[in-house]
Amino acid sequence: MAEKILLEIVTPERKVVSDMVDIVVAPGEMGEFGVLPNHIPFLTKIKVGELRFKVDGRERYVAVMGGYAEVLPDRVTILATAAEEATDIDVIRARAAKERAERRLKEAKDRLEFARAQAALQRAIARLKVAEKGRGA
Amino acid sequence: MATLRDIKRKIDAVKKTAQITRAMNMVAAAKLRGAQANMEKFHPYADKFREVIFRLASGVEQDGTFDLLTPRDDVRKVELVLLTADRGLCGSFNHNLITLAEKFLLEKESEGYEVTLVTAGRKGHEYFRKRKFKIRKSLTGLLNKPNYDDAYSLGRELIELFQTGEADEVYLIYSQFVSMLRQVPTLIKLLPVVPERESEESQQLEYLFEPSHEVLLNDILPNYVYVQILESFYQTAVSEHAARMTAMDNATNNCNEMVRDLTLVYNKARQASITKELMDIVGGAEALRK
Repeated sequence: MAEKILLEIVTPERKVVSDMVDIVVAPGEMGEFGVLPNHIPFLTKIKVGELRFKVDGRERYVAVMGGYAEVLPDRVTILATAAEEATDIDVIRARAAKERAERRLKEAKDRLEFARAQAALQRAIARLKVAEKGRGA
Repeated sequence: MATLRDIKRKIDAVKKTAQITRAMNMVAAAKLRGAQANMEKFHPYADKFREVIFRLASGVEQDGTFDLLTPRDDVRKVELVLLTADRGLCGSFNHNLITLAEKFLLEKESEGYEVTLVTAGRKGHEYFRKRKFKIRKSLTGLLNKPNYDDAYSLGRELIELFQTGEADEVYLIYSQFVSMLRQVPTLIKLLPVVPERESEESQQLEYLFEPSHEVLLNDILPNYVYVQILESFYQTAVSEHAARMTAMDNATNNCNEMVRDLTLVYNKARQASITKELMDIVGGAEALRK
């Protein structure tokens, strides 16, 4: 059970995570998927949502805002547009963002506005969800 | 001959200039540190992206399935994006970029292509506007704080131009940051996308793609364009600050040298006037004694 994989989550702004982990579960476009060591090479798109991984039995949560995942036998690389670990999430700000997005969703006049508001709402929800789980752990 | 007071005034003026250039040097140094840190934080992302895109794009048939990858048979319209600074006082930084752009534009024009220009940065815009080049669009303020949103909207627009046939090829000129003393104007082809080969680690791994190879590649290609644009923003911003720092450092040194020279002239003039006064007094005294 000593075997681990290297998980790297990088965004244009910074490297969010770079750790040896036991297991990664990521929100794939076609559904959530889990990665253990010696996974076969795999490339996919990921959507806005929650990514979790385990280090020495402890679960950690990261909110990822969409991007790509590359899986190799010994490592997983997540190229995310943005990502925040649960402990770094500003809950008050995320809540405000959620309310703002909901309001915009109601007031949206055209499809583009609607889609934008919807995306913002999704991001805010993902953040809040991850923040909550992170505190529970 | 300049009077003592004139020289004194000149010395004071030069000293004030030195103060300003020294301040600008320090401001540039501070901005450089920030910009460089941001650029370095972006590096892992860009590197990873290049790796992934290369793996995805290698072995793909150039049969038109991926419009962003496929070179056009009949290239007529060429688009050039030129990154420069918005401000001057940074030595030959802007000039070097503009020179490369002008050379490229004239060359393409003489080969019969239709070239249009997108300038990002005031200096490039001013130069080419005066020379009546066709400027499609002019952007400013991109380098203050390079960010993904700006890179995205510029990239989005360029891809649209390419896809609607408004441009058959899109190039980008930016300043590559090599070192504090060397910033190299660089020309790259943005579209059609040319995947860069990183290293010769012939890692022909059999990948599992989800959804499919095509969908994934079509989805990731535009993002690759944004990444390249953002990277060029970062590089150019850092280059600008480095160039300004060097230029202002030189200016400060020149000022100090001038102050030294002028002080010498001033002292000589002062000594000369003292000597002259002494001669007068001695002369006067001699005359009285007689």
